Amino acid sequence: MSAASDTHHDDHDHAVDHRIVHGHDDHGEGMPHVTFKGYMTGFILSVILTAIPFWLVMGRVLPSAKVTIFIVLAFAVVQMLVHMVYFLHLDTRSEGGWNMLALIFTLVLVVITLSGSLWVMYHMNVNMMPMTAQDMRNMP
Amino acid sequence: MSNHITPAVNDQAFYLTEEHHVENGTMLGFWIYLMSDCLIFACLFAMFGVLGGNYAAGPGPKDLFDLDLVAVNTTMLLLSSITYGFAMLEMARNRKGATLAWLAITGCFGLAFVGIELTEFHHMIAEGAGPQRSAFLSSFFTLVGTHGLHVSFGILWLITLMVQLTQRGFTVEMRRRLNCLSLFWHFLDLIWIGVFTFVYLMGVLR
Repeated sequence: MSAASDTHHDDHDHAVDHRIVHGHDDHGEGMPHVTFKGYMTGFILSVILTAIPFWLVMGRVLPSAKVTIFIVLAFAVVQMLVHMVYFLHLDTRSEGGWNMLALIFTLVLVVITLSGSLWVMYHMNVNMMPMTAQDMRNMP
Repeated sequence: MSNHITPAVNDQAFYLTEEHHVENGTMLGFWIYLMSDCLIFACLFAMFGVLGGNYAAGPGPKDLFDLDLVAVNTTMLLLSSITYGFAMLEMARNRKGATLAWLAITGCFGLAFVGIELTEFHHMIAEGAGPQRSAFLSSFFTLVGTHGLHVSFGILWLITLMVQLTQRGFTVEMRRRLNCLSLFWHFLDLIWIGVFTFVYLMGVLR
């Protein structure tokens, strides 16, 4: 345990040194500040957030499928956030905030596309005139 | 006449300083590309959400999906994500050999992922559950296949960058390219979270 924490301190120092030394020649590149600790945190969180949904579904842990679906979806959303923060290094300051602005715009479109399609098509299905097998056979 | 010239010169000076302010837009441009890719996947997810229940009296998710295999596949992609992260850490330390080694490991995990997915597709098609069987299977193959195609092209890109890195070393351009691929690779892992949750886990529960 102590060895592990030592290495990560070491890595952190290296990364900081590198930034100071190379601060002037690759300026304005928008290079993220990467650390061993950051990647490992993201990885371990991802493993936990992946293992629990698979366990819930494969082991049939909860009696209600609906509750399981909600929990699994919640885990997916949290894991996506973990990926964005620890692997994609997204924060409000990168590229002067333009990355975040593009992401927010995209997320709005994603939510409209997904919820709109599902909502409209679900109600189309529900409100269709009931059809018998006989009607189906006589379809053009 | 001279009244007209003076403001024109001032305008020029104004535009020049603004132009200089934008130093390099590659990373932002690549991010915007990823966001457009995200919209493609959103449309495919919406399509799967709408058509995912239309089996046309054919096989459903419970008959077709092998969650053990999906779990192995997810592990492959997650491991490739962290090994790419290690490659980026070695790049920060300017160690070329170690960077190349981690990139090669990342590529192997990526190949394993694509291989397992192709095996799964092959099994399904051999059982008569190909993309033409039902709307559910058409949308399934389109969504998962598009993701697999992205990963395949990511592997090609990875190999290209490894060759370039061997030849040129850590130039500013190479660092930028490796950073772009890093975003792409982690982004594909992020999309896979949506795929295994929305398609596989929820499909089996449905």
